[in-house]
Amino acid sequence: MRYLPHTTEEIGEMLAATGHERLEDLFSHIPQACRYQGEIDIPKPLSEWALNDHFIAIEKNIQTASAKAILVGGGSYSHHIPQIVTSLMSRSEFLTAYTPYQPEMAQGTLQGIFEYQTLTARLLGMEVANASMYDGASALAEALLMSLRIQKKKTSVAVSSAIHPHYREVVRSYLLAGSFNIVELETGPDGRTDLSKLQDIEDLAGVALQSPNFFGVIEDLETAGTAIHSVDALFISCFTEPFAYGLFRSPGQCGADIVCGEGQSFGMSQSFGGPGLGMFCCRSKYQRNIPGRVVGETVDIEGKRGYVLTLSTREQHIRREKATSNICSNQGICSLTAAAYMASLGGTGLRRVARLNYDKASYLKNALVECGARPLFNSPTFNEFVLNFADDFEPVRNRLIDKGIVAGINLGRFYHEYEGAYLFCVTETTSKAILDAVISEVRS
Amino acid sequence: MTHGPGMNGLILDEPLLWEKGKKGRCGFSMVEQDVPEANLDNLENLLGDGPDFPDLSEIDVVRHYTRLSTWNFGVDTGMYPLGSCTMKYNPKINEKMAAMPGITTSHPLLEDKLSQGTLQIMFELQKFLAHITGMDAVSLQPAAGAQGELTGMQIFAAWFRKKGEKRNKILIPDTAHGTNPASAALCGFKPVAIKSGADGTLDVKVVTELMDEETVGIMLTNPNTLGLFEESIRDVTTIVHEKGGLVYCDGANMNAVMGVVDFKRCGIDVMHLNLHKTFSTPHGGGGPGAGPVCVVDQLKNFLPVPRVKHEKGRYYLEYDHPDSIGRLHAFFGNFGVLVRAYSYILSMGAGNLKKASQLAVLNANYVREAFRDVLHLAYDKPCMHECVFSDKMQHKYKVTTLDMAKRLIDHGYHPPTIYFPLVVPGAIMIEPTETENRDDLDQFVAVFKDVVREAKENSERLREAPTRTKLRRLDETRAARKPCLIG
Repeated sequence: MRYLPHTTEEIGEMLAATGHERLEDLFSHIPQACRYQGEIDIPKPLSEWALNDHFIAIEKNIQTASAKAILVGGGSYSHHIPQIVTSLMSRSEFLTAYTPYQPEMAQGTLQGIFEYQTLTARLLGMEVANASMYDGASALAEALLMSLRIQKKKTSVAVSSAIHPHYREVVRSYLLAGSFNIVELETGPDGRTDLSKLQDIEDLAGVALQSPNFFGVIEDLETAGTAIHSVDALFISCFTEPFAYGLFRSPGQCGADIVCGEGQSFGMSQSFGGPGLGMFCCRSKYQRNIPGRVVGETVDIEGKRGYVLTLSTREQHIRREKATSNICSNQGICSLTAAAYMASLGGTGLRRVARLNYDKASYLKNALVECGARPLFNSPTFNEFVLNFADDFEPVRNRLIDKGIVAGINLGRFYHEYEGAYLFCVTETTSKAILDAVISEVRS
Repeated sequence: MTHGPGMNGLILDEPLLWEKGKKGRCGFSMVEQDVPEANLDNLENLLGDGPDFPDLSEIDVVRHYTRLSTWNFGVDTGMYPLGSCTMKYNPKINEKMAAMPGITTSHPLLEDKLSQGTLQIMFELQKFLAHITGMDAVSLQPAAGAQGELTGMQIFAAWFRKKGEKRNKILIPDTAHGTNPASAALCGFKPVAIKSGADGTLDVKVVTELMDEETVGIMLTNPNTLGLFEESIRDVTTIVHEKGGLVYCDGANMNAVMGVVDFKRCGIDVMHLNLHKTFSTPHGGGGPGAGPVCVVDQLKNFLPVPRVKHEKGRYYLEYDHPDSIGRLHAFFGNFGVLVRAYSYILSMGAGNLKKASQLAVLNANYVREAFRDVLHLAYDKPCMHECVFSDKMQHKYKVTTLDMAKRLIDHGYHPPTIYFPLVVPGAIMIEPTETENRDDLDQFVAVFKDVVREAKENSERLREAPTRTKLRRLDETRAARKPCLIG
């Protein structure tokens, strides 16, 4: 096997050096009752060629592999990934390194993460960012736990029902074990979170909104922030689509205390939902309460600028059960990927692509409305929107799938009350020709 | 003096991203505007100016990251004997498989019939991992080892909730990874530390004394973080089970025992695996990893949802498990990492997985023998995939573990894990992994022995190390005292 470099002679000589006769003897102290019985039941080893064939057969069984377009978002977005991002991030100096515990040998990773933290904070209008969390969902759960840590005596949090349903499920799993109370805030008739009942909820440590929310609607974050702060809770703003902030005001500008969300849009392929990137920011006054890894600037003994992992007294290897979180890694290469992506776009490019997303989504939305569809909500949207159709949309959707276009998902599986309403997503990667094909199918 | 591979070089400088660039440059292939511009009038006070990012050209970005990469050290660069991290070679073919267009473009929210191939990969990988560990059912959702631990602890909590028992303590050996107590605390359990015995393994007597009916069970690591197999594991698990408790095993060190140990037979109820360790997916400078959780039959209904099933030739997602602890990830975990592990297991087959464990243990024992005379061996008994030394023999020269580690860098080696586990003061934890050949081990041993000799003859040299890197030792105190986290 090509990954195992030992020759038979070497094995023999090494065993002699360790005082053993056979490889099995290295395990002689393991009790018989613990031993594996027989051989592991997995297929025979495949050569590179056979493995390739095996994967080609699997790919044939991924029915969307040949799709022309998938007009679905819901937390996983199709954006163009520049070849340089893929090529640079495949460099094994980045890819095959471990967590930068030895900073003198990991300045590439460390400077890269420091740059990621900086660009993330600028994007979201915040003062501090960490080195990333697993994904947007666990980042939101950690943000809520952080608000409970900061407001020690309080035991409740409120989350908008317009937050991604899966994110709310993850929040429940994370907060379930502590004796915390989670209140869901209803969505108003405008598709925005109804904050009018906040005053009635006692003991609120934090309130979380998503913008654009799961229905694609841009929340009025500034007004929400005022309402949330008036009940002395921390304002947590989350997102699944960071491209929105190329066009819309950042959560930080609108007064958020903690901002978190999914960064997959910035250079990561969709890959069935992972790996992505949990982006996480807060105000600097809360920085010692932040979960996860953080990179900071310092100097070496000759006074040269450099970077290290820092604020480690928050972490498990020092604090053990009193740590701010149990997370001891970050999404490493994904955070570097996001930074390289933001660098490739630049401020000008980000705005341009964000605008294209808005224009193309508006084109489809307006055209379908002209065909008789009704927006579920009338508030402004970015690159996702929800439509109701006069007739059942499912047959149209199936005909489009036969033509290689997957258009929209039925909201009924997430919200019973919205059965038959479809959530669509259009990004810069979808051409007008595709959009026109969808429009003409709806029209026919 | 034996020279390691790091004794020559040229290192280029590179500023921060925003210290470069000119407004109006762009490194992005912009799509054409093929639809009319949409009206922005209804967006009132929602519009912003966009972030202040530097504008860079394609070559600016390429040079930037290429230069940064040269300041890094990965497994592909050289030996990375970082104990407890299993820094083995990450096969290139796995990268190709994870990058297949059908896989990278697959969307996680579509109906099962559109995603049969991706579900097949998950279903088969679940099966493989169950067979490798001996356990009954697997969830691939946890995104990392620590999230696997959290999943396991939540399963413990859900099990006792279901049984209507109030228990709030958990036994955790003092050699455990720091994440273990942190994960348990997130579930409201109070960790009770178990002092390991004089030989570095669990003392059955201590476990018997501490295990009671207010304790949910034990969270152990096997092989443990000293690189030793817990030989009394069957007695320990029996004691815990007799008191109605459950046993969690941190499977971070699975690379030592594939095809050798059956964890179900050991009495383990829940364990996690680190696919980025044992199953060779790249560490990515800190992530992403994957931390699948394996359980025995009686706990399978508590696993996260959705679960991946297969029936009548069709793969499907199953959500209806009222006892489930719920969801840990927005979708199915780090799928791209799962693909690489799946590809690795298919390349290896049963025989080679076992051989990998045997050679990993052989390499560790070989290194252990080689250093026996020059470094203090923390526990003198047969080791598994890693061995732990300390700087005790160097104290008289006022040289520490840190000094020796930094000097190894000058020679072109990533240092071993240092100062962990905490029970060994000045610990030096070496895990060579099976993918290092004997010649490379011999060179590493020779270099390390020279460093040890230098400790005696020229100790100042060690305290000044590293001298050949882009930067010398960094001031970590300053970084923590006045945090500068963004530029």
